[in-house]
Amino acid sequence: MLNWNGIRSRLRDYPWWLVGILFLVLGTFYLILTQPTFNEAFAFIKAGLSVTLSTTFSAFGIALVIGLLAGLGRISSNVLIRNIATLYIELVRGIPMLVLIFVIAIVVVPAMVSGLNALGATLAENGLPFLAALFSGIENKEVPMTARAITALAATYGAFLAEIFRAGIQSIGKGQMEAARSQGMSYVQAMRYVILPQAVRNVLPALGNDFISMLKDSSLVSVLAVRDITQVTRLYTGQTFRYQEAFTTLAILYLTMTVILSLLVKTIEGKLRRNE
Amino acid sequence: MNNPDAMIFMRDLHKSFGTIEAVNGVTLSIGRGKVMVIIGPSGSGKSTLLRCINHLEIETAGEIWVDGEKLTRDQTQLNRIRAEIGMVFQHFNLYPHLTVLENITLAQQIVRRRTKAEAIEIARQQLDRVRILRKKDDFPFQLSGGQQQRVAIARALAMNPKIMLFDEPTSALDPEMIKEVLDVMLDLVEDGITMVVVTHEMGFARRAANEVVFMDRGKVVEQAAPEAFFTNPQSERSQLFLSQILNK
Ligand SMILES: Nc1ncnc2c1ncn2[C@@H]1O[C@H](COP(=O)(O)OP(=O)(O)O)[C@@H](O)[C@H]1O
Ligand SMILES: [Mg+2]
Repeated sequence: MLNWNGIRSRLRDYPWWLVGILFLVLGTFYLILTQPTFNEAFAFIKAGLSVTLSTTFSAFGIALVIGLLAGLGRISSNVLIRNIATLYIELVRGIPMLVLIFVIAIVVVPAMVSGLNALGATLAENGLPFLAALFSGIENKEVPMTARAITALAATYGAFLAEIFRAGIQSIGKGQMEAARSQGMSYVQAMRYVILPQAVRNVLPALGNDFISMLKDSSLVSVLAVRDITQVTRLYTGQTFRYQEAFTTLAILYLTMTVILSLLVKTIEGKLRRNE
Repeated sequence: MNNPDAMIFMRDLHKSFGTIEAVNGVTLSIGRGKVMVIIGPSGSGKSTLLRCINHLEIETAGEIWVDGEKLTRDQTQLNRIRAEIGMVFQHFNLYPHLTVLENITLAQQIVRRRTKAEAIEIARQQLDRVRILRKKDDFPFQLSGGQQQRVAIARALAMNPKIMLFDEPTSALDPEMIKEVLDVMLDLVEDGITMVVVTHEMGFARRAANEVVFMDRGKVVEQAAPEAFFTNPQSERSQLFLSQILNK
């Protein structure tokens, strides 16, 4: 006997969207394998993959540190720290990401470099030449665009991750901090050993989703002439005028990476929920 | 003045939350090795008073001495004194991401600076003392409420505290689990540790307390030996409270 209701409900819940994506991805890779024009475009574009991935990974690593510190700052009882953290987060949230990337790469990084140089000069005047050497050696034009792009992405996403960490910390019941403090742990120890391990676990899926967003937003660094897959694609189309092949390949490359990652995040999410 | 024999001494203690006077001028002294049971209606300031003793709440006025040392806002002093005061909460507040054993070794290692081996040894002893050693590798969510509360007691005891504070330790438990927790607490009384217990378990108060304190609206209304208090309550409010709680 066929169980029609079972089959019907299974068909209804089936992830057809994933089949659609798989169709698009496989279709494009079929074109890449069979069509010389697609094949050439792909060979050219994939050279940017390592830049896209290394930019995303390094920027995300730095953003995790910034985000954790800013998130802790947001809930600090110290008025100054709390306001600095909030100022940073609101600044980032109030400026379009594309503009922010320009501003950080072209304005903020050079300003930081001259700041460091000035610090070096002051140290040298005060008879600390060995320390001064650390700061005065850097020059603006020496900061590569890749580093500026990573800084820009990290600073932007640091603010997003700060809000995730803050929410994660605040989702842990107040009794946990009280129990830890009542045992004589300092605030920092209680955070480190009791609150954060729980909070981070809770926000793992959210962090994963922001990683995916960052992978996509890393395409914005092409405006700084960093040779990620988007920039390489633009260079390729500039030479060959094969817009259709190049941009289709580019889109499918992003899609392939993000879908794999989001399936990974969903798996982690499911595991966490099961262990609750 | 400070009573030198007292383990805990508080003078004219006040704690307000905005306009609410949660604790409104309490003077109490708890001797070494003595057990004080605090009772009173909900919202009368029992928890707040208890939480002032280890500065989870900071008093708005008044003074507290613990083992002859006056509490200040100095964080280093506070952390040191808190390590000497075990606290057991109504909702256990075990660390859910750690196993039973890890729950008990964590603060030993980072606050008492014991080695892992020492901490584990002490944790085993304390788990044995609360009769739950076989659950040492479970996570808190795998335990019943009564078991969780006994682990919480073991966690506090592992720090070798001079004082144990209990805030309604059995109120969140199913009736059949209350006894196992009270039995463990009675053992502690035998061992002579100074205890302050907020509870509605009148049987425990009768058996264990040296003194019963009845609080209402932030004030100590009556303070007496348990026999005297239960057989012959003086104030109208404590009579009313007792009749309500005993007729439940
Ligand atoms: N953190 C707090 N913020 C505001 N009000 C509080 C807080 N803690 C306690 N209170 C108030 O203080 C009073 C005493 O509370 P509590 O000490 O918990 O009483 P009890 O433990 O006797 O039930 C209550 O009115 C309560 O609402
Ligand atoms: Mg209470």
